[in-house]
Amino acid sequence: MSDLLVASGVGKRFGGVQALSNVSFAIRRGEIYGLIGPNGAGKTTLFNVLTGIYEPDEGEFSFDGEPLAELKPHQVAERGIARTFQNIRLFANLSALENVMIGRHVRTRAGVFGALLRDPHTRSEEREIEQRALELLDYVGIRARANDPAGSLPYGDQRRLEIARAMATDPKLLALDEPAAGMNPSERLALGELIGRIRDGGLTVLLIEHDMRLVMKVCDRMLVLDYGERIAEGLPAEVQRDPKVVEAYLGTPAAT
Amino acid sequence: MDTFIQQLINGLTLGAVYAIVALGYTMVYGIIQLINFAHGEVVMIGAMVAFTVINALAGSGLPPLAVVLIGTGCAIPVCVLVGYAMERLAYRPLRRAPRLAPLITAIGVSIILQNLAMLVWSRNILAFPQIIDIKLYNIAGATITNVQIVIILTCILIMVALAALVYRTRLGTAMRATAQNPQVAGLMGIDINRVIAATFAIGAGLAAVAGVMVGTYYGIAQYTMGSILGLKAFTAAVLGGIGNVPGAMLGGVVLGIVEALGAGYIGTYTDLCKISGISDWLTQRCANDGHFVLFGSNYQDVFAFAVLIMVLVFRPSGLLGERVGDRA
Amino acid sequence: MSARAKPPPVVFWSAMVLIVAVLIVLPFALTQIGTTWVRVTNLALLYVMLALGLNIVVGFAGLLDLGYIAFYGIGAYTYALLASPHFGLHLPFWVILPIGAAMASLFGVLLGAPTLKLRGDYLAIVTLGFGEIIRIFLNNLARPINITNGPQGIIGIDPFRIDGFSFASYQKIFGLEFSGPTKYYYLIVALVAVIIALNLRLQNSRIGRAWEAIREDETAARAMGINTTNLKLLAYAMGASFGGLAGGVFAAIQEFISPESFVLVESIMVVSMVVLGGMGNVWGVVLGAVLLSFVPDILRFTVQPVQQWMFGRMLIEPEVIRMLLFGLALVLVMLFRPAGLLPSAVRKRELAERAE
Ligand SMILES: Nc1ncnc2c1ncn2[C@@H]1O[C@H](COP(=O)(O)OP(=O)(O)OP(=O)(O)O)[C@@H](O)[C@H]1O
Ligand SMILES: [Mg+2]
Repeated sequence: MSDLLVASGVGKRFGGVQALSNVSFAIRRGEIYGLIGPNGAGKTTLFNVLTGIYEPDEGEFSFDGEPLAELKPHQVAERGIARTFQNIRLFANLSALENVMIGRHVRTRAGVFGALLRDPHTRSEEREIEQRALELLDYVGIRARANDPAGSLPYGDQRRLEIARAMATDPKLLALDEPAAGMNPSERLALGELIGRIRDGGLTVLLIEHDMRLVMKVCDRMLVLDYGERIAEGLPAEVQRDPKVVEAYLGTPAAT
Repeated sequence: MDTFIQQLINGLTLGAVYAIVALGYTMVYGIIQLINFAHGEVVMIGAMVAFTVINALAGSGLPPLAVVLIGTGCAIPVCVLVGYAMERLAYRPLRRAPRLAPLITAIGVSIILQNLAMLVWSRNILAFPQIIDIKLYNIAGATITNVQIVIILTCILIMVALAALVYRTRLGTAMRATAQNPQVAGLMGIDINRVIAATFAIGAGLAAVAGVMVGTYYGIAQYTMGSILGLKAFTAAVLGGIGNVPGAMLGGVVLGIVEALGAGYIGTYTDLCKISGISDWLTQRCANDGHFVLFGSNYQDVFAFAVLIMVLVFRPSGLLGERVGDRA
Repeated sequence: MSARAKPPPVVFWSAMVLIVAVLIVLPFALTQIGTTWVRVTNLALLYVMLALGLNIVVGFAGLLDLGYIAFYGIGAYTYALLASPHFGLHLPFWVILPIGAAMASLFGVLLGAPTLKLRGDYLAIVTLGFGEIIRIFLNNLARPINITNGPQGIIGIDPFRIDGFSFASYQKIFGLEFSGPTKYYYLIVALVAVIIALNLRLQNSRIGRAWEAIREDETAARAMGINTTNLKLLAYAMGASFGGLAGGVFAAIQEFISPESFVLVESIMVVSMVVLGGMGNVWGVVLGAVLLSFVPDILRFTVQPVQQWMFGRMLIEPEVIRMLLFGLALVLVMLFRPAGLLPSAVRKRELAERAE
């Protein structure tokens, strides 16, 4: 089994802030790879450089055996990386169904002429898009809300909708940025179960999460960032015992 | 006569006026991120009011400078009122609306002001009464008029005063705090609504002064004069870095000079007769007419737009602006 | 689309039949009042075309374009230059109209390209600048080589003609009297119908959804694999092509054009139509365009006599009242009904949210 995503020496600065420095790791196919770290550790920034929203200052990613260098966000999505956002970025005024249908954009072809002429091929593609979108809504458990505007859904459902929308792009790697944020314990439990199901369905998952219990339970391996640097990597149980991780989370006793 | 120096002087005068108008755009934008599309119309109203007053007093025997000052003194309160009303009625209710909503409202306000002005002052081009004796002075092979000198000096004075207001007074501190972060400013006990209203009022007051300047400089005023002027001043604000007060001043002056030099030289540099041997037909025509000017000075207005587009495309943060990242 | 409820087919089709019947009879009814009204209707329909074109850019993709009238101008001048004594060219209209539309969309792409990264309000100002630049060029390209004939404009433009059949002249067909404007009317109605259909199809397609995604959240749209650059350019091109088409028809029915028809106020008028009707809703936009484009003429025929009767002379010109109404409409709509008269389902929700 080869690695799906390899990061080597990735660095990113914002003015005076070194958000990421020399971060390297490898994600294996079919695993749930956790990414944890205190607030401001650089987790979201890592997502942003990975998905082409920012360019890294140093280092590079290689995905599925090929470099991701200088790809625009939509090209990254096309290559097979889909993401959700920490601060939920749904198309709030469109229906849940339309949100997921938009996720199919990158895997479908109909252009202007198809749209204008509505030829049989376009129509069957449209049916397929809708069909697949409904399946995905079903998969994440919000099929009943298909026609509601995304912005009107309860918080937890919006998180699920973002996952469905990301999955609609047929990704190889699904990157989730704090999907459990704002959820209550039972919703978290269900979410953990959903992420497990997604992995068992063959997808690789990169998961940022603050909820340690959730991370420990679902992740196969994990990476810990602190101040933009990699401080530990490995199995959840190992990482949990790592003194550097404990220190990062509990604070240093008056370090000089 | 030295064209270069002359255009530099003209550009500087024009740029000083742009700078004053640009301040109104930039201060409002800095605080509520609104392009007050109707700001140019406030300048126009200022010019019109001043025109009426100056016209009425022209025969009164008062010294010309006093007449102009009284005219300005009347234009300022009217414009401040217009600016305040605009903010209160058209923009404040939309402060939390999507960004395009207040912009569309602003376009509406601009149309309303223009047409009201037309009702009051007619469609005609109004000739500003020439009460000031124009005196010419020679410097470095070019001429500068007393009006130009007064405009430039007044602008410098206004800029200094405004800088003092923004950086030295409580109101200025409140304005800067609101621009940084309205929520926090509100929590700190700053009355945001008052700060915003004050910003509009100050901008409108400056616009009134600018209106008088433009009127006296060109000697004419018309109800349509605000839109292009406003657009150019907006360009100046963007050029300097929108939201940035010193930037607006710099942007105004740079734009004025670019425009004046552009208008002065474009005809010369796009005269194909200056380049020989392009084609026989051209040589023939040049022999007849002497010139084959692709773009003459009637393309002057294109410069401002070209500058605007170039800045937005290549350096959207402007000359003095900071780069603001878009957080994902 | 599954997301949108449809009326029962019987209701839908009877309404359609009724509308079509009214549209067929309309010019004859209008001719009874005066042929002018058919002309007025034709111009109103051109505004409908313009508004529908702009709706693609503003309503679907969320890009506020304040220089849209330039594309109308490009279409009109393309037609005028290729079918008038000015260059002595007289190409048939069915050749020029597509050329005009293509020219307009070419310019749409050229002008759109540098604006792709701009935020909404900046974009509005830049497009306004582009609109003015085009107008300045139309005004000045009379020297050193006379291309546009400057402010005088171009006269003697060919009307639409196919063989012996001219759209401009009076004719009796099957005992029915067809004036020039009436013939144009049917042609334009057909064009508008086609454009409405195209708009509706675009909206409910993969492309239309991608535009809506860009309008809602550009970053998220990109992350979902939408090539926002191409799709925005596509919106500009499509929108501009409808503008160019309308411009060609305009040149032909007026037989005269000058830069004065393509000024900023006209752009703002089309924006007003889209905003008033309801951005993004095809039927709303049609309604907005019809309402606003008839305003000047209705005012001309009401304000004038009323003022004569009340004051014995005209105090306020109808033109001014029209502009004041426009301005007021823009302000009031944004303040009290930001989604327009006929909000699209989407904008209605936006409105409801804001009320919280
Ligand atoms: N666009 C930006 N401009 C400037 N600084 C930024 C930007 N994005 C992130 N940063 C900075 O980079 C650092 C890392 O931020 P990041 O959002 O990646 O942290 P995080 O690990 O996701 O934190 P959290 O758990 O709070 O989400 C922070 O100091 C942040 O302020
Ligand atoms: Mg984060």
